[in-house]
Amino acid sequence: MAAIVLLIAAVIVHSVVTNDRFQWGVFADYLFDSRVLRGVRLTLELTFVSMAIGIVLGVVLAIMRLSPNPLVSGFSWLYTWFFRGTPVLVQILFWGIGISALYPKISIGIPFGGPEFASANANKLITLFVASILGLGLNEGAYMAEIVRAGILSVDEGQNEAAASLGMTRLQTMRRIVLPQAMRVIIPPTGNETISMLKTTSLVSVIAYTELLYSVQLIYSVNFKTIPLLLVAAAWYLFFTTLFSIGQYYLERHFARGATRELPPTAAQALKARMVGLRSPGGGRSGGGGQ
Amino acid sequence: MSEPMVKAEAVHKRFGRLEVLKGITLELNRGEVMCMLGPSGSGKSTFLRCINHLEKIDAGRLYVDGELVGYQQRGDKLYELRESEVAVERSQIGMVFQRFNLFPHMNTLQNVIEAPCRVKGARKEQAVGKARELLDRVGLADKIDAYPAQLSGGQQQRVAIARALAMEPKLMLFDEPTSALDPELVGDVLDAMRQLARDGMTMVVVTHEIGFAREAGDTLVFMDEGVIVESGVPRDVLANPKHERTKAFLSKVL
Repeated sequence: MAAIVLLIAAVIVHSVVTNDRFQWGVFADYLFDSRVLRGVRLTLELTFVSMAIGIVLGVVLAIMRLSPNPLVSGFSWLYTWFFRGTPVLVQILFWGIGISALYPKISIGIPFGGPEFASANANKLITLFVASILGLGLNEGAYMAEIVRAGILSVDEGQNEAAASLGMTRLQTMRRIVLPQAMRVIIPPTGNETISMLKTTSLVSVIAYTELLYSVQLIYSVNFKTIPLLLVAAAWYLFFTTLFSIGQYYLERHFARGATRELPPTAAQALKARMVGLRSPGGGRSGGGGQ
Repeated sequence: MSEPMVKAEAVHKRFGRLEVLKGITLELNRGEVMCMLGPSGSGKSTFLRCINHLEKIDAGRLYVDGELVGYQQRGDKLYELRESEVAVERSQIGMVFQRFNLFPHMNTLQNVIEAPCRVKGARKEQAVGKARELLDRVGLADKIDAYPAQLSGGQQQRVAIARALAMEPKLMLFDEPTSALDPELVGDVLDAMRQLARDGMTMVVVTHEIGFAREAGDTLVFMDEGVIVESGVPRDVLANPKHERTKAFLSKVL
């Protein structure tokens, strides 16, 4: 089995390296091009801002969903229903193009004919960046709400009762007792969502926001070196998803505290255990196995 | 004559169609210990949970320290209190659970100081000093940094007692505090409870520990099928049960 895998891998690597239509030289030229680096920066910015919006919104929506008040929980349900039920690409196009056509002027004030405190032209207020984070963040909120809700429900009901018996209110209990414990269940899928978000940001290229993908598209639309430039984008996405995965591992380890008696090994410790295991035959493979 | 600490008048509670409490009437004086005995499903734990409004009663009146629990009376109608008002009532009533319910993400000290700091707004140094004192009293002064998962069941339950006491409650409720413990760990928890009773704490204890009820209890209440079958001085009830159901139950557990 291992031999077959090795053979296939060798064939692929050989073809990728020797097929000069990949144009690895061009790839190297553009990997650190200033326009590409700017795209990388904007992609990361989008990822973090959208995830931040998504997480905050998700927590609020999850708590609302679990409220005893049917109006509050109903609103949360409706939100999730709408934003999960429509494609995120459509939502991005809507924020990028649709909203300023529907509401040319956006103002803050007392509704239904009351005084107006501030108003602005929608086209100026909703820049491409704002449209992008609205499209990505509001959509993410719906998914995060479900993740956070599952986390909250995973915490033993006895914890709520203990906190209540001590005189803590529902919100205090949520913040101090339930959410910290729910984290263990919330963190892994949130890591996945972040990794997924990093890639999903490429969708805002459709409204011409110059994140990573649109940056390379702009370059290859001029020089027609499509393949190597797409590879440049892919390489950057891959680099950061790898980085995020490592970060996620340590976060999970941090939140396992109190749930297990011994912390799982850090990546470095696991690697070390493996090396030691390899050196002394028959001994100590337990530390690094699996994955 | 001072008012009783707990006063129940015809307390009813139902879960859907099932009537769990069918009119509980009792009084508990300050500084006394009441033990509640009875087969599982008799409603004793439910009644205990009504005392701090973890369960809402459907009919009757329930007073702690002269105040209605969870409700406010205007005219002859009852209105449920706001969440924050219920929380204030609960903060004066300590509760110890069968499954301990310590906060697993906090160490022993944090478990004990959490409510005094968050609910009462106590200063941290003060709360820590008080917590050390309480943990010392239950014999766990050396476990201040331990997380619940690193403690035995008996140790966890004693931390839970210290956690409840940290709020300086006027009444303590115990819901089968030793039922989830290995037999050899029961003694330490009962000792902590006896000490508390000697110190004059008013306590309601739902338990299967007949020995504890006999020695530490001032009254014993035997419940079955949602009613109080009989009650009185523990020694008398245990030695000469008057009712058939009490006799049948005691013959099984003694």
